[in-house]
Amino acid sequence: MGRLDGKVVLVSGVARSQGRSHALRFAQEGADVIGFDVLDEIKGSPSPAATQADMDETVRQVEALDRRIVATKADVRDYAAVKAAVEEGVAQLGRIDVVLGNAGVFTAPSLAEDMEDDIFMDTLDINVAGVWRTAKAAIPHLKKNEHGGSIILTSSVAGLMGYPNFAHYVASKHAVVGLMRTLALELAPHHIRVNSVHPGSVNTVMVMNDTLARLFRPDLENPTTDDFKAVAKQMNPMGIDLLEAYDISNAMVFLASDEARYITGVTLPVDAGTMVQ
Amino acid sequence: MGRLDGKVVFITGVARGQGRSHAIRFAEEGADIIGIDVVEPIAGSTSPPATQADMDETVRAVEALDRRIVATKADVRSLEQVKKAVDDGVAQLGRLDVVIANAGVSTFMGPAESLTEEAFVDMVDINLTGVWRSCAAAIPHIKAGGRGGSIIMTSSAAGLMAYANVGHYVAAKHGVVGLMRTLALELAPDSIRVNSIHPTTVDTPMVNNEATFRLFRPDVENPGVDDFIEAAKVMNALPIGWVEAVDISNAMVWLASDEARYVTGVTLPVDAGAVIK
Repeated sequence: MGRLDGKVVLVSGVARSQGRSHALRFAQEGADVIGFDVLDEIKGSPSPAATQADMDETVRQVEALDRRIVATKADVRDYAAVKAAVEEGVAQLGRIDVVLGNAGVFTAPSLAEDMEDDIFMDTLDINVAGVWRTAKAAIPHLKKNEHGGSIILTSSVAGLMGYPNFAHYVASKHAVVGLMRTLALELAPHHIRVNSVHPGSVNTVMVMNDTLARLFRPDLENPTTDDFKAVAKQMNPMGIDLLEAYDISNAMVFLASDEARYITGVTLPVDAGTMVQ
Repeated sequence: MGRLDGKVVFITGVARGQGRSHAIRFAEEGADIIGIDVVEPIAGSTSPPATQADMDETVRAVEALDRRIVATKADVRSLEQVKKAVDDGVAQLGRLDVVIANAGVSTFMGPAESLTEEAFVDMVDINLTGVWRSCAAAIPHIKAGGRGGSIIMTSSAAGLMAYANVGHYVAAKHGVVGLMRTLALELAPDSIRVNSIHPTTVDTPMVNNEATFRLFRPDVENPGVDDFIEAAKVMNALPIGWVEAVDISNAMVWLASDEARYVTGVTLPVDAGAVIK
């Protein structure tokens, strides 16, 4: 018996990394999945674009668990596309119980004063407005449920504290907290809970790339991701280099399940203690 | 298969209320229990004292689940008593993995300036220093296991925000957060995680009593439970008056389990949105 039997979860950014991990953990717990992903280059992103092959792999792995998945190409910057993906998913799977606002980017780092306008605005458009559009498309369906639902927004430790050279990302992830708190109040009368999760560095392409290695290792000429890991260990008191995507997925499962039926409006770090260091 | 098979958990205030619920939920997940309770009247307490019959009922319920429990009469105001109970428990059950510092009281209510010295000092002695004593007695055993562990302190929504007329309680519960964060840093190198849980009102003897009803409904001459729930609902975002003890236990189980292996230093409200409202 799964902890989410019979539920349907909507996952943005489902093609790979945390999004794929969430789809698989939720499927393991008995949920069907509605997923979408941009599958396109994002300007300034240091990681390669997610591909149709990535998306196909997510679909294959969910179906291997005997769960259903409706996976669509859609960009969180385009409300009509998000809405169409959600409607198609509900038409096929019948409902939505859980929303994971996971899609996000980390692009061209620099001091705030040097940042380009479109880099800053794109980050907000994807990481904040994109999460809002995802929730907006799903909320009418959540409201139809007799027992409400659960919305979980992926913020970051950068949603609770500042980091030099990350002004766009830090601003966007802090804004996710404000969105979460407001949605929690607005949707509480419908028994729809809204929380945010705040990961530290996770072992995905968003973190494990040369740009981040150079940013965190200005002392080295050609730093590798292993060089990044060496300093990442010093960023939390537990001394671990990277979280795995399933550590975040496990927090998502808990917050989505009936075990957390009265948890709402909460910022939950999954960060090996980074926040208290 | 339980999520805590083979683990041993130390629970303070185990005779009834949330403590008993934690013992039962952890036993359901495969853990054995070391439990203590003062089993005695506390000066000024707004609820009737826990009795030996309460303690016996906890023992019966755990044993009915085929788990072991070592239950001892001990007062968190005495480090010697707590230490002896923990040492005996570990001698019998062989190890210690999890601490649930749950014991706490609600006493005399009134504006902070009108609280007696004794009321304030006793409150801090039980609800804050008692938590430290419970940890101090347990930490050497967790470290000796060399497998890491999880310490979970019961704070309160009143550990994150103020409530009028319970200044001593609010101060002690805020203090728990500082202790939690410090222990999280100190114990991270040993892979011992430390977190606090912040319940809103819970349906236990501490809340379900006339003094609490009067605090919430000064406008009603002889307030009953329905009057209380009406007022308590106003404090929560979700349309409920209180949560059940099992809701707190479920959060404890998650934080104690490997699903939360990198969650430390976190304040986790289980509060129906009381803190954000």
